[in-house]
Amino acid sequence: MENLLMLPLVLPVLAAIVSLFAKNSLNFRKASGVFFTLAQLVVAVVILVKVYRDGILVLHVGSWPAPFGITLVADMFSAIMLFFAGLIGFTVSVYALGLMDERRLKFHFYLLFNILLLGVNGAFITGDVFNLYVWFEVMLIASFVLITLGGERKQLEGAVKYVTINMVSSMLFLAAAGLLYGKMGTLNMADLAMKLQNDPSSNLVASSAMLFFIAFGIKAAVFPFFFWLPASYHTPPVAVTALFAGLLTKVGVYAMIRFFTLFFIPLGGIWKELFLITGGLTMLIGVFTAASQYDIRRILSFHIISQIGYMIMGLGFFTPLGIAGAIYYMGHNIVAKTNTFMVGGMVSKLKGTFELKSIGGLYKTKPYLALLFIIPAFALAGVPPLSGFFGKFILVKAGFDSHHFFVTGISLFVGLITLFSMIKIWNEGFWKKQPEEADEVVNYAEKKVGFALVFPSVVLALFSIGMGVAVGFFFDFCMTAAQQLLEPSAYINAVLGK
Amino acid sequence: MEIILAIVIGVLYAAGVYLLLRRSIVKLILGLIFFSHATNLLVFLAGSLSKVSPPFVQEGQKVAQSTVADPLPQALVLTSLVIGFGITAFALVLIYRFYQSSGTVDFDQLKED
Repeated sequence: MENLLMLPLVLPVLAAIVSLFAKNSLNFRKASGVFFTLAQLVVAVVILVKVYRDGILVLHVGSWPAPFGITLVADMFSAIMLFFAGLIGFTVSVYALGLMDERRLKFHFYLLFNILLLGVNGAFITGDVFNLYVWFEVMLIASFVLITLGGERKQLEGAVKYVTINMVSSMLFLAAAGLLYGKMGTLNMADLAMKLQNDPSSNLVASSAMLFFIAFGIKAAVFPFFFWLPASYHTPPVAVTALFAGLLTKVGVYAMIRFFTLFFIPLGGIWKELFLITGGLTMLIGVFTAASQYDIRRILSFHIISQIGYMIMGLGFFTPLGIAGAIYYMGHNIVAKTNTFMVGGMVSKLKGTFELKSIGGLYKTKPYLALLFIIPAFALAGVPPLSGFFGKFILVKAGFDSHHFFVTGISLFVGLITLFSMIKIWNEGFWKKQPEEADEVVNYAEKKVGFALVFPSVVLALFSIGMGVAVGFFFDFCMTAAQQLLEPSAYINAVLGK
Repeated sequence: MEIILAIVIGVLYAAGVYLLLRRSIVKLILGLIFFSHATNLLVFLAGSLSKVSPPFVQEGQKVAQSTVADPLPQALVLTSLVIGFGITAFALVLIYRFYQSSGTVDFDQLKED
């Protein structure tokens, strides 16, 4: 039954191989791309249920026992993240059916898409530091090609920045892993955690910890390492941006939560304060810079940054409720953020531009689109009964319970500014009259959006509502995950088999 | 030996950062290459350099008779070298395409549009 853990890795590889064989049939590539992402979602649900019922799943690849071989581990946190990766993979692959042009599809869009999911899935279930580095690279190389696919000038400009900063971040990660190995003599996460607990000189790994913090901070786009994100995320087609916005930064947050709960925060030091400060600044600066933008994709890109701050803040509280809130918030944000980008893509398809100043009157012509926008947008801003309200509520409660009033106050204030930005998109894009001088742009646009664009957005919108209405059900998963993260002995025993 | 290698790594990192901060995109890529070599050497050095026998077990024995070198850092470096090679190749193609489409190698010549 542990072999189930191989499936999230085998399925994307299979998808890539199959789509290479379909040389001439574009339809076959599309169908296999969607089929395999759906299969990943189903497998992720099975793994989630199994981990919830039976506890942590461990697979020693090739039967090499830990800490010598590569270990795949799925605890609740990994399983939850796998599920959201599957959900976003499936919905975005359907969305891409209606949005990607034929040229990009011919250049193996779905192959790259699945390789990216392979990297993301691998990063979520690996139990080895160096293996995590390799999965990060798999994910990065796929994302490099996806961001440049099409080769437009703007894309290349964005890609140069994206590639450079991500390469630097990977090298810092590798340097940190190397130094950690030099100090501790192992790279298996469970083994590391155990050795660090019993090592009196373990504060010597603080240099590695800081390097890990910067490396993951760049990937997650926390303050002050976020400048690459708004410089590059608005350049590729919006299906690619939606996928990146949903998953890539969250892999950085995942790695940060995993490493710092398992290794570094229990050793003491300034980490909790560091997370609270960077979290607060990330929230504030992300939301302020978003408020000054007028391109839908840029507004939403800056909001990714601001939302990352909430998750980092939850980690900084370091209470079960805080971590559970961070995990819930990650799930909510993955769904709602991807959905806002999807709706933005539909708007640009109808209007031929992302520039809010040349858009208007959508509420009149396309009322259903207005509804589709308002659900994820209000979820992001935190309006009840949508998912974002409960995400913020849990984090704020955790903050007050642990007496971090200042940063919690900032998070409430940031929620208000988020609402302002969302209302700005609403006012400009949906409510005001179509500006007259923008008529020539409209000629490029299409009359209506297809089912393939609307369907995934509806699925994600329903999920946002569901996460809000059935909050107890979802919170239960997150709380289990948080308890496992704060009691690493179960994780260590499961991997090392004691 | 360790001290020499440590100095080399430091110089490589410094040169890499300096080149990364230049405006020319070609120097940027060179900086990234220096950076990755410095990192690989750092991982190699972190595994400790010592004059011991290679990690082989003699025929008929179950454990090595003398102290052996740790083979893992070399395996890690090998993996990261291959990854770095692939990414560098991609980055080179990227800057060439970037040069073709923008007609400049200087970041300051780029204008927001």
